[in-house]
Amino acid sequence: MATLQRYFFSDLGVMLGRSLRHIFRSMDTIITATITPIGLMLLFVYVFGGAIQSGTANYVNYVLPGIFLVAIASGTSYTSLRLFTDVQRGIMDRFRSMPIAPSTLLWGHVLASLVFNGISLLIIVLVALLMGFRSAAGILPWLAIVGLLALVTLTLTWVAVIPGLTARSIDGAAVFAYPLIFLPFISSAFVPTRSMPPVVRAFAEHQPVTAIVNTIRALLAGEPVSQEIWIALAWCLGILLLAFFFARMAYKKRTA
Amino acid sequence: MPDMAIQVRDLHKSYRQLKVLQGVEFAVEQGRIFALLGPNGAGKTTLIKILSTLLKPDSGTALVNGFDVIAQAARVRHSISLTGQFAAVDELLTGRENLIMIAQLRHLKQPRRVADELLERFGLTEAANRRVSAYSGGMRRRLDLAMSLVGTPPIIFLDEPTTGLDPEGRLEVWKVVKELAQGGRTIFLTTQYLDEAEQLADRIAILHQGRIIASGTLQELKKLFPPARVEYVEKQPTLEEIFLAIIGQKEVC
Repeated sequence: MATLQRYFFSDLGVMLGRSLRHIFRSMDTIITATITPIGLMLLFVYVFGGAIQSGTANYVNYVLPGIFLVAIASGTSYTSLRLFTDVQRGIMDRFRSMPIAPSTLLWGHVLASLVFNGISLLIIVLVALLMGFRSAAGILPWLAIVGLLALVTLTLTWVAVIPGLTARSIDGAAVFAYPLIFLPFISSAFVPTRSMPPVVRAFAEHQPVTAIVNTIRALLAGEPVSQEIWIALAWCLGILLLAFFFARMAYKKRTA
Repeated sequence: MPDMAIQVRDLHKSYRQLKVLQGVEFAVEQGRIFALLGPNGAGKTTLIKILSTLLKPDSGTALVNGFDVIAQAARVRHSISLTGQFAAVDELLTGRENLIMIAQLRHLKQPRRVADELLERFGLTEAANRRVSAYSGGMRRRLDLAMSLVGTPPIIFLDEPTTGLDPEGRLEVWKVVKELAQGGRTIFLTTQYLDEAEQLADRIAILHQGRIIASGTLQELKKLFPPARVEYVEKQPTLEEIFLAIIGQKEVC
């Protein structure tokens, strides 16, 4: 309806404002979302780092892109939890019975997730700087990094929407993140793939994390990016479209 | 025929094998309090979800405020508000913020003023700036009902408005519901408590095994049942009577 479209942005603003309030009133969730990645970064740099032949002088620089992905994966699980709570508490039904553009109910959460993960990544960069992270990248490569991380966040958030809408328990809504947090370990995120046995190596080199990590690593180092940036973008956009499609299906199924 | 707020014809809804609604038919006149009575699992919530456009029926038609719930869902949503079984309030927001949010989503001109008026009316002014997570069950329900009134929709759906409330909270909700009905609003409520339907409703329908098995005013429903009979029942003495009897005997001695 025309009236719904006219109010789309005003409705979206209200829904986004609500989700942002949730985030800023539960800062503990940001801390929780950053603790695992920061802990991993400390572990890899100060415990395992000495034994890993990464081929770079600065191992903090080496692990940081992988840590970003772990942080995004654990951060987006809060979108599942918040959506699940909305469904469970009945506030989703209240919104759905009102004359609101339905897609704003999901987009409000998704856009808030970008802000949430932006803050958590910023905290991680600050900790990394204290640990000796240095980047030779100029403004443009940094913009490219921010853009790519935003795309990854958007993709994983739409993935997170699916369990948020379909889970039957609060635990079910959160577990989807575990395999995603684990994925960077079987990639080039922490150790070079050439040290892995052939089967694992084949998997590691052809899964999305490696392409994304290698691209960000090159950008951070101020080096030219390889073809892998296209592979990384293709993975993100492909998964994004699929997740968006299934999330919409899950939303529509609620009215069937 | 007076204007009908809700008209339902031959409504069917199944979840896989389970037939929840099997040809439900009824109509609610404008400005009435209509109570749908039925045990747990009778299909009350399913029916309310269909009428509030949250769920699509398998067959049959339902008109709310004259609009078809499937074909004109957006218009139906402009005409109604829904208060679900559990207080659907945002715990992390304050009471005022909850009301302002709903007022903004209903695209009202002065969301803050609307919120303040409703806070006042529902006795929540003092708690307005506290987060809802700190509210009592009764306060939550009041806020929930206040949120339903934002934008003064002509038809209000209340799904088991007093389930889970203490006796005091129940009386409070009853008072509010009676107030809501003034001013020509139609109220459709579901309940499993007979006394609630008796207290509040002008019209009562009984939903059983997916069908409306009886409907009418309380007087009409009473006529359906056998008239009161006089019976003689042997009455056992209560502990109080035994106690008093023993005491009395002792005093005589």
